[in-house]
Amino acid sequence: MKVSLFITCISDALFPPIGEAMTRLLARYGVKLHFPEVQTCCGQPAFNSGYWDEARASAKTILEAFEDSDFVIAPSGSCTGMIHHYYPKLFENDPILLEKSLQLQEKIFEFSQFLVQVLGVTDVGAVFPHKVTYHPSCHGTRLLGIKEEPMLLMSHVKGMELVPLPYAEDCCGFGGTFAIKMSNISGAMVEEKSQHVLETEAEVLVGLDMGCLLNIGGNLKFQGKPVRVMHLAELLYEGVKLK
Amino acid sequence: MSKPQGSSVKQRSETALKDEFLIDAVKFTTEKLKNGKLAATAEHGNWEEWRERGKLIRAHTIAHLDFYLNQFIENARAQGVHVHFAPEAKDAARIAVEIAKHHQAKSVVKSKSMVSEEVHINEAFEELGIESVESDLGEYIIQLANEPPSHIIIPAIHKNRYQIAELLSKEAGQTLPPETKVLAGFARQKLRDKFLEADIGLTGCNFGIAESGSVVIFENEGNARMVSTVPKTQITLMGMERLIPTWDDLEVMATLLPRSATGQKLTVYMSGITGPRRQSDGDGPEEMHIIIVDNGRSLQLGDPDFQELLNCIRCGACLNACPVYRHIGGHSYPGTYSGPIGAVLTPALNKNSGEWEDVANASSLCGACYEACPVKIPLHDMLVYLRNRKVEDGHTATGEKMAMKGFKVLMSSYKLYSKAVKMGQVGQKLLVRNGVIKSQLGPLKGWTAYRHIPALPTRSFREQWKALSTEVEASMPSMSSETKTRLEQMVLNRKKGGHE
Repeated sequence: MKVSLFITCISDALFPPIGEAMTRLLARYGVKLHFPEVQTCCGQPAFNSGYWDEARASAKTILEAFEDSDFVIAPSGSCTGMIHHYYPKLFENDPILLEKSLQLQEKIFEFSQFLVQVLGVTDVGAVFPHKVTYHPSCHGTRLLGIKEEPMLLMSHVKGMELVPLPYAEDCCGFGGTFAIKMSNISGAMVEEKSQHVLETEAEVLVGLDMGCLLNIGGNLKFQGKPVRVMHLAELLYEGVKLK
Repeated sequence: MSKPQGSSVKQRSETALKDEFLIDAVKFTTEKLKNGKLAATAEHGNWEEWRERGKLIRAHTIAHLDFYLNQFIENARAQGVHVHFAPEAKDAARIAVEIAKHHQAKSVVKSKSMVSEEVHINEAFEELGIESVESDLGEYIIQLANEPPSHIIIPAIHKNRYQIAELLSKEAGQTLPPETKVLAGFARQKLRDKFLEADIGLTGCNFGIAESGSVVIFENEGNARMVSTVPKTQITLMGMERLIPTWDDLEVMATLLPRSATGQKLTVYMSGITGPRRQSDGDGPEEMHIIIVDNGRSLQLGDPDFQELLNCIRCGACLNACPVYRHIGGHSYPGTYSGPIGAVLTPALNKNSGEWEDVANASSLCGACYEACPVKIPLHDMLVYLRNRKVEDGHTATGEKMAMKGFKVLMSSYKLYSKAVKMGQVGQKLLVRNGVIKSQLGPLKGWTAYRHIPALPTRSFREQWKALSTEVEASMPSMSSETKTRLEQMVLNRKKGGHE
């Protein structure tokens, strides 16, 4: 049984502790992660900007990396969504790579999906005595339908107070290159999102996508607000260690 | 307060974002509509099934549009309707103007019609000295302000009641208090005279029923009913994709449209009009014309990426759900239609990916539009397809093109990618202060104007992998047989699914 980790470029370069938390957490269930080093990026930055040829070059490394994996797990609903939702479109004119895309589509799971749907785990036995709010990222919820999985996992964390985030379903304004190209609109959106986070008075903002969390966290820091920003994998693993 | 100025979405949104009145007004109303929709759809139940049914009806109609158009036209003509076909906007305006000239019309009274905005019918009448008055309250307000609608169903959504009082006071020649009742009362009084004077009534059309050649109009103010009963001549402008096959299909549309638009179970009035007045009818026009407008719609037929655009029933739910629209309002968009549907429809109707370059970029691709759409149009996908067409057509900025070339080179090979990360770790030292980057250099500027960037850690995950996996493996328990069986079963089921 080969379970592989798709770390995603953003977590690889900017947030290595997420990959570590996933590796250590899954090891507790006897899941040994593989890390095929040929992987780079899912190709979303180029794909969403309309540069599909460039996106294909990047996506091919992903198809190659996970060709012989039985399961692939990624700490991002957005990158998983890209593969799941758009690879078949990206490779629609290449029968061989299309077939590989369809195979990968079946075996790739976002982190919380893998724990709940594949391993059947909803209680990792974590303790996390903090006030936490959760931002559900758009691609995870809308492209992959991830709604219950993180809630189930968080509901079993002992000592944690989960405060509902007002207007949680609103986009944080990240949108990849949107944040640069339409920086004024994106900026207004993230300021509104930060405002809602601050209204909860939570100590920790948790999520499943580092793109969104980089955006919201970066704005909170810009405003000098001391909200700790964590990926759910980090929170759960820290909670397991605390126990 | 006035219409945002500028030649691009980015420039216009810059003005809009600073206009507190506009943003407050738009946020207030879209919020109300969005919540109304959520409540109405939850109460109705089985909303997903209704959406699916609506999508199927629309997709079927559009797939057989030639058949249903013929059927509609034949049946409408059999009822005595004059049916015209306008390939382009200017043709629609010309046909309407010819009808008005033929009747030596001095005034036209209109009910709400987005197609009439699209073909600029008011301007065409005015050029001939024919008065054309909007009778929908929202449309009347923006006509007085000399502005286009900023929302598909709430054209004056960007104005608050103080601004509306100011506009109506000017028209009244006296100061009217900013009270909705007084303002609506004034408009009602004023418009009543217009209905009685008008030579021509001009309406839009929510649905054309192919099996009977009928026109169906949803409205709340009763003005469309006045427009279609009082004047002697009626002109109805209809987008060529507005059809549904039967009255039975209307039941589904009547369930989806008002709930999605305003959260109403049904609009206050729903009129079905089949031909001009018969002898036994109590009212209605003596002469009825339907102008079927193409204006770029047929370009979407047969296009696998965009045909579903024609399924749209113009409810405006995607605007209310869109976080971008909510922040910048409708006037930041180019063209008649705004919000997510407008961002796709405007370039699609005009088949010009270069000229409308930035509108497809005015989205974070969050998918809220798709989720809100009662006929499940994948607007978030279409926005990406549009960006792709733009690139394929060569409408790209040089800087971006270079950046994407660089992306391709780096991301094609993990070795180059790893080197680039390494170079970043070293090279960033000049920019990092206290673990974050604040510099507003080059392309970073858009980001760092609102956010800090965390510095790259000294070692990437892949650099740490070997040590980590060796350490973890050394003390790892073996997988429980239960988990193992579970995983194996999943893989087995998958292979049965046929993808290997």
